[in-house]
Amino acid sequence: MKVDLTVNGKEITADVEDRMLLVHFIRDVADLTATNVGCDTTSCGACTVLLDGESVKSCTMLAAQAAGHEITTVEGLAVDGVMHPVQRAFHEQHGLQCGFCTPGMVMAIVSLLRENPHPTEEQVRTGLEGNLCRCTGYHNIVRAALAAAEEGAA
Amino acid sequence: MIPSAFTYKRAGSAEEAVDLATEYGEDAKYLAGGHSLLPLMKLRLAAPEMIIDLSGLRELSHITDQGSYIAIGALTRHHDVQHSDLLGRDLPLLAHAAGQVGDPQIRHRGTIGGSVAHADPASDLPAVLLALDATLVARGADGSREIPIGEFFQGLFETSLEPGELLTEIRVPKPAPGARGWSFQKFTQRAIDWAIVGVAVQGGQVSLVNMGGTPLRAAAVEAALTEGAPPADAAAHAADGTNAASDIRASREYREHLARVLTARALTEAAARSPGS
Repeated sequence: MKVDLTVNGKEITADVEDRMLLVHFIRDVADLTATNVGCDTTSCGACTVLLDGESVKSCTMLAAQAAGHEITTVEGLAVDGVMHPVQRAFHEQHGLQCGFCTPGMVMAIVSLLRENPHPTEEQVRTGLEGNLCRCTGYHNIVRAALAAAEEGAA
Repeated sequence: MIPSAFTYKRAGSAEEAVDLATEYGEDAKYLAGGHSLLPLMKLRLAAPEMIIDLSGLRELSHITDQGSYIAIGALTRHHDVQHSDLLGRDLPLLAHAAGQVGDPQIRHRGTIGGSVAHADPASDLPAVLLALDATLVARGADGSREIPIGEFFQGLFETSLEPGELLTEIRVPKPAPGARGWSFQKFTQRAIDWAIVGVAVQGGQVSLVNMGGTPLRAAAVEAALTEGAPPADAAAHAADGTNAASDIRASREYREHLARVLTARALTEAAARSPGS
């Protein structure tokens, strides 16, 4: 089927199988490979992207369902080579170790801060319950989210 | 994991959705947020040949005050139920429980109607709506009908929806003045927050998550409360008449223990929230 959707501001039209998952469209059709497939069971959040500005797990959505909508991946956050405040906070707070969960973590935090620009530490921790870090690097990820909020990332 | 091949159609209206489902019969499945169906399809536990996407049916996403009850469109997302001011005021049990489903990403996609129609006894909202005595509205080829929620859940993943029928609305009565105390307790598998056991209380109405093939009303607890038993004594009956499974997360005996402990906590919290207490 023909699917027409917008990824990081760019309209992409492609003829894909009806059963194609959104994450495969992003990685294999749009050729944006920062978004990872982790558990593939809606648990780990590595595949988190924004759908019309809200975090979703792209392994649990069909590309066809996203037709007509706007997708944002971590590649779409920086403007003119300047990192998004959440990306900069991850850099400055050492919010990553192996980096596999990072694109999903960053997108989940961008969505979280849009809904709640000034979260408490507790709200950040519960707000990230859908994202797992197998390095267990949560403390610095939470610090990064709070630092980005402080900077007015929303 | 990739689902087996199917044909995808996005319905433009409820009528078109029901027509498609009627035409394709058992080979078709409705797709709302997809957070119950797609995981099953990826595991190939479900392999429908036709997927009817309901996401274009904006008229099925709403929360409206109807006086004695609140009408919730079946496609209303958990996120919108959680953050509804109307539900927060009049049905805080439902708004709170919706915020306990999965995680933010799941709540951005999953819908209340999808959760109810999927009829997983481990899901939170079916049991919550059972405690609230909701009425479900289903649309079929011959028009709409109302189904009391007590008649809806027939077994594991089985409901009284006829083939092709579409769940369109959930009507939840506002609790009576003397029945406004509420609580929702669940003991979870930490990742993605599936309940091992859960308990919903609204006034004297008590229901259980994951204590059998369907969500259950804790009839023995309710009877004890009616007779004036204190919460701890009433909660001792929480596992009476249940049929909990044993699985990798918990034995049946452990689930029964959890049901009693969580019911005691829920009744105590509900009593503390009751006006005038």
